[in-house]
This record gives sequence, structure tokens and C-alpha cells, in this order.
Amino acid sequence: MSKLHVETIINGEPVEFLCEPHTSLLDALRNEVGLTGTKEGCATGDCGACSVTLDGRLVCSCLVVAAEVAGHEVTTVEGVAEAEQLHPVQQKLLEHAGLQCGICTPGFVVAAKALLDRTPDPSETEVRYWLAGNLCRCTGYDKIVRAVLDAAAELRA
Amino acid sequence: MTAVVIPNGLRAHCEGCARVEVEAVSVRGVLAALEARFPGFGAALGENVAVAIDGEVFQDPLYEAVAPESELHFLPALSGGR
Amino acid sequence: MAEDRKYRWVGTRPIRHDGVDKVTGRANYGADFALPGMLWGKILRSPHAHARILRIDTSRAEAMEGVKAVATAADLPEQRPGGATDLSNNILARDKVLYHGHAVAAVAAITAEIAAQALDEIEIEYEALAPVLSLDAALADDAPILDTARRARGMDDTGPTNIAARVDFSRGEPDQAFASCDVVLERSYETQTVHQGYIEPHACVADTKADGLVEIWCSTQGTFTVRSLTADVLGLDKSRVKVTPSEIGGGFGGKTTVYLEPVAALLSRQSGRPVKMVMSRDEVFRATGPAAASRIELKVGATQQGQLVAATARLWMEAGAFPGSPVQAAAMTILAPYKLDHLFIEGFDVVVTKPKVAAYRAPGAPQAAFAMESLLDELAQQLKIDPIDLRLANAVAAGDQLPYGPRYKTIGMKETLEAARDHPHYSAPLGENQGRGIALGFWFNNGLNSSAEVYLTEDGTAVVVTGNPDIGGSRASMAILCAEELGIDVMKVRPIVADTETAGYTDVTGGSRVTFATGWAVVNACRVIIEDLRRRAAQIWECDLEQVAFDDGRCLPVEGSGLSHDPLSVAEIARKMGSTGGPINGQAQLSARGAGPGFATHLCDVEVDPETGHVDVIRYTAIQDAGRAIHPAYVEGQMQGGAVQGIGWALNEEYLFDDEGRMENASFLDYRMPVASDLPMIDTVIVEVPNPIHPYGVRGVGETPIVPPLAAVANAVKHASGVRMQSLPISPPRLLAALQEQAAE
Ligand code: FES
Ligand code: FES
Repeated sequence: MSKLHVETIINGEPVEFLCEPHTSLLDALRNEVGLTGTKEGCATGDCGACSVTLDGRLVCSCLVVAAEVAGHEVTTVEGVAEAEQLHPVQQKLLEHAGLQCGICTPGFVVAAKALLDRTPDPSETEVRYWLAGNLCRCTGYDKIVRAVLDAAAELRA
Repeated sequence: MTAVVIPNGLRAHCEGCARVEVEAVSVRGVLAALEARFPGFGAALGENVAVAIDGEVFQDPLYEAVAPESELHFLPALSGGR
Repeated sequence: MAEDRKYRWVGTRPIRHDGVDKVTGRANYGADFALPGMLWGKILRSPHAHARILRIDTSRAEAMEGVKAVATAADLPEQRPGGATDLSNNILARDKVLYHGHAVAAVAAITAEIAAQALDEIEIEYEALAPVLSLDAALADDAPILDTARRARGMDDTGPTNIAARVDFSRGEPDQAFASCDVVLERSYETQTVHQGYIEPHACVADTKADGLVEIWCSTQGTFTVRSLTADVLGLDKSRVKVTPSEIGGGFGGKTTVYLEPVAALLSRQSGRPVKMVMSRDEVFRATGPAAASRIELKVGATQQGQLVAATARLWMEAGAFPGSPVQAAAMTILAPYKLDHLFIEGFDVVVTKPKVAAYRAPGAPQAAFAMESLLDELAQQLKIDPIDLRLANAVAAGDQLPYGPRYKTIGMKETLEAARDHPHYSAPLGENQGRGIALGFWFNNGLNSSAEVYLTEDGTAVVVTGNPDIGGSRASMAILCAEELGIDVMKVRPIVADTETAGYTDVTGGSRVTFATGWAVVNACRVIIEDLRRRAAQIWECDLEQVAFDDGRCLPVEGSGLSHDPLSVAEIARKMGSTGGPINGQAQLSARGAGPGFATHLCDVEVDPETGHVDVIRYTAIQDAGRAIHPAYVEGQMQGGAVQGIGWALNEEYLFDDEGRMENASFLDYRMPVASDLPMIDTVIVEVPNPIHPYGVRGVGETPIVPPLAAVANAVKHASGVRMQSLPISPPRLLAALQEQAAE
């Protein structure tokens, strides 16, 4: 079976990779492109650990067929910080101890940034519902929600 | 004499005693004294013995010291195939 | 001895040292590791819950292009009696499969796809047997027996049985004492199988070299445990196995054993290439350790004034396919928090055709506390006594004896209850269909073995090396303890989690022991360095060692010594290391005694929807004695995370099996864990009753928080709806049925 050749933009840079027709974007990112920051918790769209944005839209990369990102723009957790400068969501997660094991963190970073990009002043309830697709088994969400609200305040300032 | 408290499950192996006094300076000595008095007790106790000596639990206690006024409790080990 | 002094770093909240890597996606977890020439391994799993394996034919799979190795139990050495027989049989079934999803064979191939296809080519002939899917089924007179050769430990010869062991504890004469009680309650409680639910599936890479050395990279709570168990299963010396931990994406006890590592090492030996294995979520649910389902029959007698007099408890817990449920711990904890002159506790470890259970945070204690704390709530209501007052009146204190022998030292049980009573949550108004529950939790905590090395750099900063995978911010705690001891900036300490050949022997990250025991080893290693620094200062000042003191990062002349040198900082002495005796390193190891027990009191408010049976947790407060919180934010995090896992256990989580023993909800969609929108903020109060034996007063904190929530939620549901749920989970259909039954009465 011959592989597909995909040209796309990942974190602002042109990237090419080969994949099978059924390969998920998650597997392509991790195994073909070498971006292992995006995590797999379930591969069925139920945990959010694999969250990335596709043309600015939040998606579960385990549910996206890799070949379909040809010509589109993908942003992963590796593309959220600018050089040395952490995004406020990342910084506030650290300050609030919003991660314990940290396996869910890449997904929360990408999802929370996507929320704040569109909703600069979310309520606690909005944050909780937006992040309802991201599972965290360690924190009980308290410190994550506080971090996201704090990051929103900082971004508005 | 060190006091040894025997859990229910082991009393059949020491003539029904709930409490036995032995002369010993270590847990190993306690076990030897019990075995001398109640042959087969050691085998009934099994390999992984946990004890509490004066309130402190020891998972790997063979060489721990006991004093004449010490009280030693056997904790039934229930590991088996982890 | 816990020292009372002002701390510079202990009790502060520095950003964790591994944090930046974790928020930018650079941190490497189990599945992120790769080696050149690596193969992909996959496991063939049993389609039956209970069957005899009659024949395995792997020849077609072996002949496939791209397949480099195929392994079955026949490739593993036979275990000596008392060896790792059950473990070996769990990772690759030998004669029988004992649960749906039980590993039977494994393949390594050049791609994951080829490995998966090769599994389909393995032929296995089974003789299906009847599954055993509940305690009732396992204990029935005509129950199919999982292992006919096994006899129950702690019982007179029973013949073949599914009871693997029995334990008991007793004190006084409970039966006679019940007769003197004003009130006696007798109830039965049940909980179902639940999973730890860590988000990262098990993953490893193993590389067996031509000389037989095995190198393993994996996500685990205990690298030394992986080393030991892998060596045991493969029949190797422990020195032949090296384990390097990746970052770990949660474990909660579930990553304290091995599933993949010995299999990957075996496939690697057969193929001569590194082998990577990663479980799917489906495999994690079906084939890794869940927490035990339980049934507890509990009887408690008290006086009209609320004095507990006597109690008896009988506990049955499902071990899964092989012996080893946490029933002993459950039996040891169930009555531990209360003064009782008369008690009898009996526990049974029962095997069933479900995956072998593994540790899950305070194993056994949540199920036990669900029973006891529910019953006490009912008792308080019946006696018209405030539930906190009832617990306070019967609370154990220093000097009281535990049901299994030892006596309590300094503990913080009453302090957590008082803090709960005084918290604004306890008096906040409740609305319609709302109710409040309280429950207490107890857990032993553990000490065990730890090592630590501290290396001073030439500029007076420090590297701390330990062997405990950092599952929830423990690196930061190690760094804080080192900074406090040496009097240097916490961010100038670099805490490292090392492999089994770099760190000295260290037991698992578990038992709430890392900050307590490994932290203690770090403290002692720093104290070795401090002695060395004093010696060097004496050398520089040409004075006696006794004339040099160390305080807050500096050597200085002892007051009254008559010396008038300017203090020498750690950095100043470190710069002179070459001329004062060479490198400055400290090493320490210990078998930590005196892990002070943890107590927690939780307050939970719920609102029950009478139309749907849906329960909404609207307010939650977790109060816990931490001894001393080294990094309070991560202590709070443990309390919040444990509380929410307990809420999930109480309200939704359970394994559902069909009649054939197939798990029906092996996905995060159908095994529903709490999400952000299900929950309120989880308020926390850290109570500090220092553990007298520890240099900083630390008690373990990681496990206790999951003990109270099951009953706290159930008690709240009772007060919101009038229905007392004695069987978990309190899922909408179950609660709705109970509400309808109540309405009909
Ligand atoms: S891995 Fe994609 S949602 Fe879980
Ligand atoms: S921090 Fe472990 S899953 Fe979120």
C-alpha cells in the first residue's frame, strides 16, 4: 500500500509527512512529525489530551484523518509559547499548580487558549463547560479553572 | 519478658493462647522462642511477617529489637500474588 | 523530631521545577520514547472471561512478513513455588484465562499495523468455562472454581474455594456488649469495580541486549518495582535489568505493578531489537488493575448519649483473577478512627473472573469508610446528635489502640472534625432538594525505603537525585526541603528523578510516602553536606569543628567561641571545594518509620433532581491533617483530586459486565469520570498537627483524600432526598428507582 504525502502548516511552519490513508492526525503528529507534546488518552475523542487547533478551531486530533490537514494550519501545544515567552495560560497553570502529573496539560493549554482567543472574559461556568471535553484525573479541575480565569484577566489587562 | 499478642487466625497453632510471653531481644528471637514452644508456628505464620512493636508497624521486621517491656502484635499478612 | 522554627521555603508555593517542560509539551511520558530500529509490540487478549487454553498455534503469525517475534507463556520460565506465579500468569496466561482481556500471546513487528494483523493469525482453542462475576457467584456452593489447587489462607481446609484468604481482628466481647446497647444498627453496603482512571495508558520500550542485559523505559510509580518484577518473571538477576522512568501520566496505585514490561523485554530478546508497547484505553480498562468491588455487613451498637460500645464488620472484596484484594487494609481501617471496647472484624479475599485488582489510593479504605461513615450518619440522625459531635465524642486520640494492635501517636483526627464544624460551609444555608453530608477518612500512610543524593555544584547550587517518579509535584517538595536545609534559593536546586542504576534503592511512589520518606532522606543527605561544610569552614578558619555553627546557608563562628570571622556562605565554601577536600556530596538512605496516619473530614452539599435522579455536587470542602504542608498548593491538589475521584466513585463510576463477563463500558465515553462542568470549586483546609517523628513534621497526604467522599456524598444525598443509598454508584437510574420506591411507601 502506498503512503500519502501530506503538505501542511504546523505551528506556523511548512511540514511534509507520509501517512496511511487512515492514520489519525494524532498518530501523524507523534510518530511521523515527531511532535509528541500532543498526548493520547483514549483515541476515541473522549479525553481531550490530543487537543490541537485546525485553522483556529479546537479539535481532537485523534478524530481527524491526517491526510485531511493538507493545506490547512495546525497548532499544537508546542506552538503555543512564543520562544522563551510562555502564554499566560501556561504561566498561570504553573503558578496555580494546575497540573499534577501533567499528561492532560497539553490538551488543557490548547483548549483554554482556544477559549480565550474567542471569549476574553469567560465566566467560571463557561470555562467549566468549554473544558468539559478535557479529562483531568489528578486535580479535580479546581486549580485549572482558576488558572484559566486568571490567565483571561491577565490577557485583558 | 516481651509480650506477644497472637491474632485469632494463628491461635490454633499455639494451643489457643491469645498472649504469650517470651524472652528475646529481636523479632527473630521472638519467632525462635515461639517455634520452640509451639512447633509449626513459624510455618503457620508464613514468609512475609509484619508486626507492630509498641505501636510501630514493621513490614520487614526480622532484625528489629524488642525490649522486655515491649508488646508485639502479629499483623496477618495477606499479600499473595501481586 | 519535628522542629518548631520559622521556615524560609517550607510552606511556600514555588513553581515546580519540571513545570515549563510540562506546559510546553516537551516532557516525555511513557509513549513518547523511541529507539532506532524499534519494533511495535501488541498483545492478543482473551475473548472469554473464563476458559481453559487447549492449544495455541502461532506459526501463521510467525511466518508473516514484518513479524519479528511471537511470545506466549511457554516462553517464560516456570516459577518456583512462592515465586511470581500469579504475576507471570497475569501478564501471559498459561493454562487458563481468567478474565475477558487476559493476555494470551504477544507479537512484535516492524509496524503497529502488522503487529495487529499478526494477532489475528494466532490460533487459540479454548474450552469455555462459566464466568464468575460477583461475590455471590464466587461464594455460591456450586460456584465454578478459578483455581482448584488453591486453599483459603487463614481458614481450616475448605477444599477448593474462591476464597483466597481470611483475616480477622477482635477485642472484647462484642456479642454480649450489643445486649447492653440502647441502639444497634445493622446494615449492608456494596460498591462496584472502579478504575483508577489515569489519563496516560501504560507504555514502555524494552531493549534486551545480546549479553542479556535488559533496559526498560517506562511510565511507572516504581522503577525498582519494575526492575524486581521483570527480573522475577524472566528469571534474571536484578542487576541485569535497568529501568529508566519517563514522566508519569497518573497512576494512583495502578502503576505499581507490571503488565507490559516483561513481555516487551521477552519480545526484544527474541527479535534482537528494541520493542515498544503502548496500551489502548480499551486495554487499560479491560486488563489493568481496577479497584475492588466490595460488600460489607456492619453492625454498630451505642448508648442513647451517642457513645459507641461495640461493632462487628464482615467484609468481602473481589480480588479479580488472582488473590490480593485490599480486604486486609479495609478490615484494619474500618473501625480504626473510633474508640470501641468491643469489636470483631472479619475479611475475605475472593477471586472472580475479572481483571486482577491493583492498588487505588488508600486501597480498601474508601469502601470501608463508605460503610462506617454511612452508618454513623444514620446513627447520629436516629439519636438526634450532630454528626460531627457524634464523631468527636468517639474519636481516637494519642495512646488509643488500633483494632490490629498498635497505638496511636500524635494524630489530627479531632482537629479536622473541629475545623469542619467551624468552617462556614457547615452552617451555610441549604435550599430545596439540597442536603449536606459529612464523612471522616483514615489512612495509615507508609514509610518504606528511600535513598537520596545531593550534589553541590561549584557555585553553591545543588542537584538532588532521588528514585521516585514525580507523579504530582514531588520534585518541588524535594527541592524545598533541600533549600530549607542548605539555606539556598529553592530555584537554585535542581531535583532529578533518576534511573535504577543512578539512584539508590527506593520503594514505589505510593503509600503517600514520597515527601515523607524520600524527603526525609533528602534532609539527611543535606545534613551530611552541612557537616562537611562546617568541617571545611573549620579548616579555613584553622579552628575546631565545635567552634563552627551552620545557620541559614552560612557557616559562622559559634557564639562565645571568641572567633570573629565573617560567615562563609554555602556558595563561598563550594567555590573552595578543590582546596578544602574535594567535591561536596551528601548521601543518605533510610527505612522510614513513623509515617503518621492521615485523617480527613469532608463536607459535601448536593442537589438532587427528583425528576431524573441526577445528583449535582454544589459545594465541597476537604479538610485534612498534613502534618506539615511542604508545598501547600500540591497538598491542596492531592485533596481536591482525591475528593473528585471519590465523587466519581460515589455517583457514576462502575464496571458493567455482560453475562459472558465482557466489560461493556471500556471507554471514557461510557465509563464516566467527573468532568469540569460536573463540579464546583473544591475548597480545602490544611490542618497541621506535626508528625512528631519527622524532621519537618510531614505526614503523607496523597491517599487519605479519597477515603471520605463516598460516604460524604451518600450522606448528602440522604439529607437532600430522604433516600439512603447503601449501594454505589448513586447513578441517576438507581437513585430514581429508589426515590420512586420511597414515594410508593
Ligand atoms: S486521545 Fe483524542 S480525545 Fe482522547
Ligand atoms: S494533571 Fe494528571 S490528568 Fe491532569
